[in-house]
Amino acid sequence: MIGLLLGTLRTATPLLFAALGGMFSERGGVVNIALEGILLVGAFAAAAAAYYSGSPWLGVAAAVVAGVGLAALHALVSLRFRVDQIVSGVALNMLALGATEFLMWIFFGSGSNSPRLGSPGLPATAGRLLVELPPLTLLALLAVPASSWLLFRSRFGLRLRAVGEHPEAADSLGLPVHRLQFYGVLLSGALAGAGGAFLSLNAHYFVKNMSAGRGFIALAALIFGKWRPGGILGATLLFGFAESLQGHLDLPWLPVRFMQLLPYLLTMVALVGVIGRCRGPAAVGRLFVKD
Amino acid sequence: MLPSLRTPVLVLAAALLAAGCGGSPRDDQPVDAALRVGMVFDIGGKGDRSFNDSAYRGLMRAEEEFGIHAVEFEPGQDSDREQGLRKLAERGFDLVIGVGFLFKEAIRSVAADYPDVHFALVDERITGLPNVASLVFREEEGAFLVGALAALQSRTGVIGFVGGMKVPLIERFAAGYRAGAVAVRPDITIHVAYAGVTPAAFADPVKGKELALSQIGRGADVIFHASGTTGNGVIEAARDKGVFAIGVDSNQNFMAPGHMLTSMVKRVDNAVYDTIRSLVQGDFRGGVHEFGLAEDGVGYVVDEHNADLLTPAMRAAADSLAAEIVAGRVVVPRQ
Repeated sequence: MIGLLLGTLRTATPLLFAALGGMFSERGGVVNIALEGILLVGAFAAAAAAYYSGSPWLGVAAAVVAGVGLAALHALVSLRFRVDQIVSGVALNMLALGATEFLMWIFFGSGSNSPRLGSPGLPATAGRLLVELPPLTLLALLAVPASSWLLFRSRFGLRLRAVGEHPEAADSLGLPVHRLQFYGVLLSGALAGAGGAFLSLNAHYFVKNMSAGRGFIALAALIFGKWRPGGILGATLLFGFAESLQGHLDLPWLPVRFMQLLPYLLTMVALVGVIGRCRGPAAVGRLFVKD
Repeated sequence: MLPSLRTPVLVLAAALLAAGCGGSPRDDQPVDAALRVGMVFDIGGKGDRSFNDSAYRGLMRAEEEFGIHAVEFEPGQDSDREQGLRKLAERGFDLVIGVGFLFKEAIRSVAADYPDVHFALVDERITGLPNVASLVFREEEGAFLVGALAALQSRTGVIGFVGGMKVPLIERFAAGYRAGAVAVRPDITIHVAYAGVTPAAFADPVKGKELALSQIGRGADVIFHASGTTGNGVIEAARDKGVFAIGVDSNQNFMAPGHMLTSMVKRVDNAVYDTIRSLVQGDFRGGVHEFGLAEDGVGYVVDEHNADLLTPAMRAAADSLAAEIVAGRVVVPRQ
């Protein structure tokens, strides 16, 4: 049972990072479907930096930097150059896939696999439980109350939410709308980048297209969690649970195919039946243009 | 360390582009007119330390010994698989090798269009085309031996199997493993899990690690994987939790010394090498070539990393089972 709990937490980790990131972007009014690409780029940057520096924690830092970089591109393209936010996100996802594959040839001599990587660890005194509960998982859990504080208790959070709900009103009060949105998107890049680092470093390898749709599941969790940190935590844990259940059930008559669609089935059921009406930030996806 | 970046895909891509743009396809013909051999990799790709790398070693050995001109290609997506084969055939390669069962339909159609080009397909059978050699293995025989070793090693009486994509090929590994374990220890418990139902299940170390950790949590202390790079995660789980993993296809004992009980090798390298050699010597034969224990096509590895882990009694048991299989007294189930 404890194994299933730990598995749920680990599986939820990249989703939690990415969904919290998506929350900051969307609360500011910018849709960020580039989360998928940011996870992937973060995973690659972590792998490359951890491999060449020998330090997994440097890998995590590199993943955050790379995530912020890709997010900055998204913000620049969609806010400054007014490209549709969905289009920009799709393009960045494709860029991430192609760029990581190309860079793998340069860094690792294979378009598919990295060499073995170290994992970020805590001192050995931390105990046995932590073998199965990686530091990045703990960080992701800590990010939930931290995000909650930032979004609902800090001045930045208040302003970001104002911008996402009604940019014209925020602007008329003298708030720098685009700058706040920019910060929200960058924050999403930093968090999703860290989620990517978890993917490659915890598995000890980077492989092609490692994010494998997790960015999109994170988006679903964001909606399912009603754009709130607590809700997002619950949603990602549900996904994590559904995904790790497979290994803990020994029911040979249950087709693998069914186990694999369980997380998605659960989402549909939850979205349709359980959570009821759900409303995102009013101005999400709509570009604010100052006259 | 990884093989160096010698014939990167970029070179091929550039060459393909040039050929596609109407440039003379003969321009890059080596002056000594060496045999040209192209290899197209499976999911998991080069550097997987397992299936693909085994094929790649065969290609490299042939290049070294016969001075052939070798070109490698990693398909970016499913549709690139046939295109990669076709481009190589179009450019007049002497032999084009598709590494993996996913190439079956692609090779069947390309080989029919280019009867003068030789093809080799690993892990699937194509008959009726004289220019195609199908290189298939009796994986269940090798899996039987490592299943026996796993059962003899286990202290908990629980062992595990993690497969990649759930297809008959991988289920054959599971069947052999189970039969081998039960043969030496009838009361053994075996957890079986597959990473998925698409080819991506062969390249998901995150999932592999989770599946292995869950099996270890339920008592397994030896886990065999047949799952490409997904298995890298299985091996990491075994290392983290202080239990044993069993590698597959290539010798993976070096990946976590002390935690690798053994590896079930599948000598794709030898099969590829022999195919190239036959072409060099002018006696290429199409049709199905099957490799099992009797042909040294599968087996388990003892090297400096696991010599201390396998007791003489365990090795003796495995070797006598191997002899029984070769003699036909033990028939290993395939499913």
